[in-house]
Parts: sequence; C-alpha cells; structure tokens
Amino acid sequence: MQIFSKDKIYNFMGKSNIFISISIVLILASYFFLYTKGLNYGIDFSGGTVVQVRYDKKAPIKAVREHITKKKEFESATITQFGSPNEIIIRFAKTSGNVSTDAGDKIKKLLKGTGNFEIRRVDIVGPKVGGELREKGIMSMVMSILAILIYVGFRFEWRFALASVIALVHDVSIAMGAIALFQVDFNLDVLAALLTLLGYSLNDTIIVFDRIREGIVDTKDLNLFNVINDSVSKTLSRTILTSLTTFFVILTLFLLGGEIIYSFSFTLLVGIIVGTYSSVFVASPMLKWLGFSLKDYKAKQVAKEKRRIEREKMRAQYETGMM
Amino acid sequence: MSKGGINYRLVIFFIAIVFGVGFSLPTFLQTSKGAKISLGLDLQGGLHMLLGVKTDEAIKSKMKSIASSVKFFTDNNDIVIDTLRVKDELVTFTLLDGDEEKHLDGMLKKIQGLQVNKDKLAYTLSLSNKEKIATKKFAVSQAVETIRNRLDQFGLSEPNVAKQGVDKILVELPGIKTIEQEKRARELIAKAAHLQLMAIDEKRSDQANSMSEDEAASYGDVILPDSKNQARKYIVKSVPILDGSMLTDAKVGFSNMNQPVINFTLNSEGAKIFGDYTAKNVGNHLAIVLDNLVYSAPVIRERIGGGSGQISGGFSVKEAHDVAIALRSGALLAPVKLLEKRSVGPSLGADSIKASMLALTTGFVLVFAFMILYYGMAGLIADVALLVNLFLVISIMALFGATLTLPGMAGIVLTVGMAVDANVIINERIRELFREGKNVAQAVEKGYANAMSAILDANITTLIAAVVLYAYGTGPIKGFAVTMSIGILASMLTAILGTHGIYQWIMPYIERSKSLLFWFGVRRSK
Repeated sequence: MQIFSKDKIYNFMGKSNIFISISIVLILASYFFLYTKGLNYGIDFSGGTVVQVRYDKKAPIKAVREHITKKKEFESATITQFGSPNEIIIRFAKTSGNVSTDAGDKIKKLLKGTGNFEIRRVDIVGPKVGGELREKGIMSMVMSILAILIYVGFRFEWRFALASVIALVHDVSIAMGAIALFQVDFNLDVLAALLTLLGYSLNDTIIVFDRIREGIVDTKDLNLFNVINDSVSKTLSRTILTSLTTFFVILTLFLLGGEIIYSFSFTLLVGIIVGTYSSVFVASPMLKWLGFSLKDYKAKQVAKEKRRIEREKMRAQYETGMM
Repeated sequence: MSKGGINYRLVIFFIAIVFGVGFSLPTFLQTSKGAKISLGLDLQGGLHMLLGVKTDEAIKSKMKSIASSVKFFTDNNDIVIDTLRVKDELVTFTLLDGDEEKHLDGMLKKIQGLQVNKDKLAYTLSLSNKEKIATKKFAVSQAVETIRNRLDQFGLSEPNVAKQGVDKILVELPGIKTIEQEKRARELIAKAAHLQLMAIDEKRSDQANSMSEDEAASYGDVILPDSKNQARKYIVKSVPILDGSMLTDAKVGFSNMNQPVINFTLNSEGAKIFGDYTAKNVGNHLAIVLDNLVYSAPVIRERIGGGSGQISGGFSVKEAHDVAIALRSGALLAPVKLLEKRSVGPSLGADSIKASMLALTTGFVLVFAFMILYYGMAGLIADVALLVNLFLVISIMALFGATLTLPGMAGIVLTVGMAVDANVIINERIRELFREGKNVAQAVEKGYANAMSAILDANITTLIAAVVLYAYGTGPIKGFAVTMSIGILASMLTAILGTHGIYQWIMPYIERSKSLLFWFGVRRSK
C-alpha cells in the first residue's frame, strides 16, 4: 500500500505565503482567545480544592449545590458533572492548612442527605505550592526549548535551530489557544502534554531538516526552493504515516481514556495536527525567510572538508616524519 | 546473494526479548517474588500529602522548656525569682537574690546557644541565630522521624515519609481503603501529642471563666479548656512542671470503670521532678494537659514516686490507641500544616487502570494492523519490534523499581505510536532505494544507513525534552518522563538494531521470493 507517489515533487514553497498566512491567522486567533477567555487554570497552578464524588444513581447536582453553598466558606464552589452522570466534581478556590480536618471532610458532612455517595478523590493544593508548580512549569518549558536550540544549532546550523524553535512556538501557541477556546482545565497533565508536543513536533521537523541537509549535499541545484520542495516531498509519506499512527493512539486515549486524562489527550490531539502541519509548512519556509543561503552553506562545508583533509595530510606527514 | 542466518544484531535482539519477557513476567503474573512495577497512588489509590513544618513554633516550645528548667533549678536551689514569663521567642524574669547571680549565670551558661541579656537583675533569655537555625532544622528532621514512627505503628503497608526542601515533608500512604481510614491516618500525623503536666493556679482557679487571656498572662497563667467540655476552663501556670519529652512509654489500659485510659511512664529525670513537685504540693491540683486540652485535674494526695501517671478523659478505644502511638513516638516539636494533598480512592484508581489499559490495547491493535496493511511483512517485523519494546519498557521499569502513574501509562501509550516511527523512516528509505533500482539486499542495508542520522537526531531531541521534563517535573509528571525516556531508548534497540537483525537473518528467503508486494507492500515501479 502506498499513499503518496514517490516521484511526485509537490511545490510547497510556491504556496508558502498562503501557509504562513494561515499560521499567522491561527496564532493571532490563539492569542486572542488566550487574552479574552484566558486559561482555565486547574488547582495545580491556582491552588484550591477538588472533590470528586460518585453517587449510586444520577448525581443530584441541584441538591448538592444547595447543600454546599449554604455554608459561607463554600459559597463560590462550582459543581459540574464529571464523565458519567453519576459523578460530579466540586471545585473551590479555598484551601486550609489543617491536616486532620480538611475541606474533603467538611464536604462529606455537608453532603449528608443527598443520597448514597462515595468520595473518590480529594485534591488540595495550597496557594504557595500552586505558585511553585507554575514557576517550575514555565521553567521546564524554557529550559527544554533552550536545550533543543543548542542541540539543533550544534547538529545543523543556527538558522535550522531558530526555524525549528519558531515552529515549536507556533505549535505550543496554537495548542494553548485551543485550550483557552475550549476552556480545558490547565493542569500538570496539560503541561506534560505541551512538553511532549515540543519533543514530538521537533521530531517531525528534524526528519525534514535532515533530508534537506542531505539534499543540499547531494544536489548541484543552488535553488533552495527546489531542494526544500524535493526533501519535504520525499519525507511527506513518513510524516503523514507517523502522525497517523500517533494520532490513532492519542485518539483512543481521548475517546477511551476516561475523563481524568481528558485534558492531556485533548492537548496532544490538537498538538499532533498542528505539529505535523508546522514541520511541513512552517519550519521549512522559515529557512528561506531567515536568509539561509545554499551557496554559503556549501562554501562552508567545502572549507570544513578542506580543513579536515589538510589536517589528515599534516598528520600523515608527521607520522612519516617520525618513522 | 546474501548468506542470511544468525548475526550479532539478531543475537542482541534475542537477548533483549528474553530479558524483556523474563523480567516483565513478575509484573504480568503478579508473582510474589521478583521485581515488579509498583502502581502509583493515582492508580492503586492512596494518600499523598505535602506538609509544611511551622518551625517558628519549635523555637517557642524550646523557650518554654528553657523556662521550665529555670523554674526547676531556682526552686531546687531556693533561689527566689519573680515574674517568670514566656513570650514568643523570649523568656523574662527578675532575680530577687543578688547573691545568687553567679550561681544562676553558671546554670544558664550550660544551656547551648542561649543568649542572656541582663538589665541589672532583670533577665531576658533568647536563642542565638545559629541555635535558632539548628532548632528549626532539628524540628523538621524530628517531625519526619516522628511521623514515620507513628505511621509504622499504625500498620499501613509501605508508608513513605521523606523530607523535601528545607521545611517540607512528603507523606505517601498507599493502600488506604476508606475515607474513614484516611482521616484517621491524617489525625494521627497531625497530632502534636504534646503532653504537659501543669500546676493549677489555686489562688485564681475560681476566676477561670471570667478572666481574659491577657489578664491571665499578666499573672504568668494561661487559660485552657477541658477536653470533654470546651466551655469549662482551667487557669494553669504557663510554665509546665514537665512535658512529654521525659516520657518513655505510653500504653492503653482500662480504668476501674472499664474506660480506656492511657498509662504513661516517665524517665528517671522526669520521675524525680514529678516526685519532688508532688511532695511539695500535696493538696493542690495537677492538670494533665494534652495538646492544650485539660484531660483531668486531680488533687495531689501524696508524693507520687515511680514516675508513672494516667490520662483519662473519655477516649474511645481507637482514640486511646492512636493517642498512645502518638505519645510513644514523641511529640511534634513543631506543628505541621497541609500544603498539598492528593487522595485517590481505590475504586477510582481501578477505573483509571481499566480506561488506560483499554486505550493501550486499542491503540496497539490499530497501529499493529495499520503497519501490516501498509508495509506487508516489513510492517509485521516492525510490529514484533514494537511488542518487544513494550516488554522492555515494563521490565526496565520493574528492575528500577519505578512507579507507574496515570501519566506514565499515557507515556507508554504514546510510545506505541512513536516507536514505529523509526521503522516507518527506514521502510520509506528502503522503498525509495527500490525505485532507484537497487536489489533487495542493497536496499535494506543502504536504507538503514540512510535513515540513521534522522532517527538519531529525532530521538535525541525527544530525549532532551523528556530529561528536562524529569528535572523540572513533579510527582506523576516525572513518571511520564521516565516511561517516555525508557521507551525511546528501548525503541533504538528494538526498532533499529532488532529489525535490522531480522532482515539479515531472513534475507535469503526474501531474495528467493521476489515478491516485493508481500515483503515490503510495494511493487517495483519500473
């Protein structure tokens, strides 16, 4: 079976302005949603309490709300269905430092008389811990982008590194825009998903870049457009296939993984689509935009090769001299 | 024609299979022996807490015990002092006999890290900064020890108590079955278990309900409520006669009326102080105070020697049991507060396992079928590598004693999708070489060579992201990073080396069959 004919070279670069425009619109829309709707921070980052309760029949959300909000300290609690109709999540911003009697215990008392229920989960994150987690999260994002920048710069060239990081920022921005648009709970799992996305999207971009690097060496054509078109077309089949297999498993995770892993799989689902798009349509044109020149690159490679041969000659002379 | 047969790649791959299957068996079969993957608290249910230690309180309580020693020393040596007070981090008093100044100063000098300020005969005692830091540090490590002791005696399986950062404690309790049990464990952890034997202020005891706290403080007294009836108050001297640090044992017993009580024993120093005090104060009341509640206030009828006493106060048997554990394992020098708590019921954990196993199996089957459909036998070879990869991830995690969390499960699911990537790249390269007219053996060898740099660079960058995730991640996120990293490393072994070995092994058959469609899913275009 074969999806793409290998011999066909698609003219991606000819339409690169269209693709870049689409990306810019998507990024602007993402920042618009991030600004207007904002991220729906979960308690991991904002601090607060979450209590998950399961009833033996349909959860009486109205009664629960009445029972809980009559207590002043839980006035602002939100109660929402979670996964099945029998389960609910009670969420509020308040936390208490008391170890022996916490909010979970109080909720349990307040719920008396609403039916047969079981408290399945109590998460309490103090405001200080939330702040620390947020700091660590941002730090991990920045650190991994830096580490990637250094590695790609070392293995390829700085324009490759910058282009791949621009593609990463593109992916993360759009994924976060989607998170804001659908008001997905922004918690530690989402952070993990975003970092996975960094690795994944970069993976895709590197494969294409590797092919471009190979193309540069193999071809005599000094037109960067043609080299990029050729390389992207040749890796297209792989890009689509790997994205498909990964997409399959994320989709099953999204559909079958249950409510608790929902935000994680949602982020990755969006991320994989955007990440695949960006490595084909964003990262490669960036090379051109950043002023990458085939001539200079080749000249540099030739100079490097010359130095290597020179060194070898010197060594050979040195060794025969010693003999 | 290629020779085929056994090659070093195949041997390594075979060892990997034996290793992977062998060491993942204990996990799959849940045998009693052998290293298994342990499930994280989010999957098996349990309690995870991050506690902060209020270290300032440790300094206050240290100052209180210094005040007690000053009182004991001056009483014993008939040195008259007045207005002995403890206020936060300071102890103040006035010495009335100027002659005894040297004697008293000698005793104070022996207390480590104590700073003595004197305005004539008015003393102000405080702790040096160095001593304060040491006290705080000790309070944290003592709290870790104490909580660990208490949980060990409580009888839960594998409690984990560890110091985190400067003044935080991580407590992990797997195997908690019910919310009642969880609450009991929390109460046990948080119990200060601060036992004090205090003197009732006999002159003012009738004003207990009318006097304000400030007024009481001006007499060097504090007002404490009764344990059973909070409305009932006692006025006691703020400097205790002795405290729980001199306790050696505490056991549950039963009173004459068959009520559970706690019998405690004091060490020799405590016994002496207690004996001396009771001898001098026959007819007065003694308050037995636990965590600032007065449990009883009996009259002292005679000198009490032997250093044993009893706390009675309407405990249930369970309560008495937990209080005895807390007293035995020692008081918390500083109280703890809750910073973070994650409590997952076992049924929720089981649901999460079920859901993620379903996702894992479905994802696996989809990828498995898709690879065969698209690549023919080459796809099947990649699938074999994928299967071995899964076994390897599980066995390496088991050997390292890693914990599988829900995000970790997601990491494994993700690995299934990404691990075939290397084979997709290789197979695409091989197909390309077919198109260039290479024969099968050449195409396979060159395909692997051409694909290598791309696969390495791609995997290393993903690995970098995973390492950073591990370094900055917390709790379950770390688990995700671990499974991702192991998955990537194992895929290099299985998807690159392993499949290459298989091709070399069966190459003669491939060459003989001539059907590229069967082996690689394509026809020669030319």
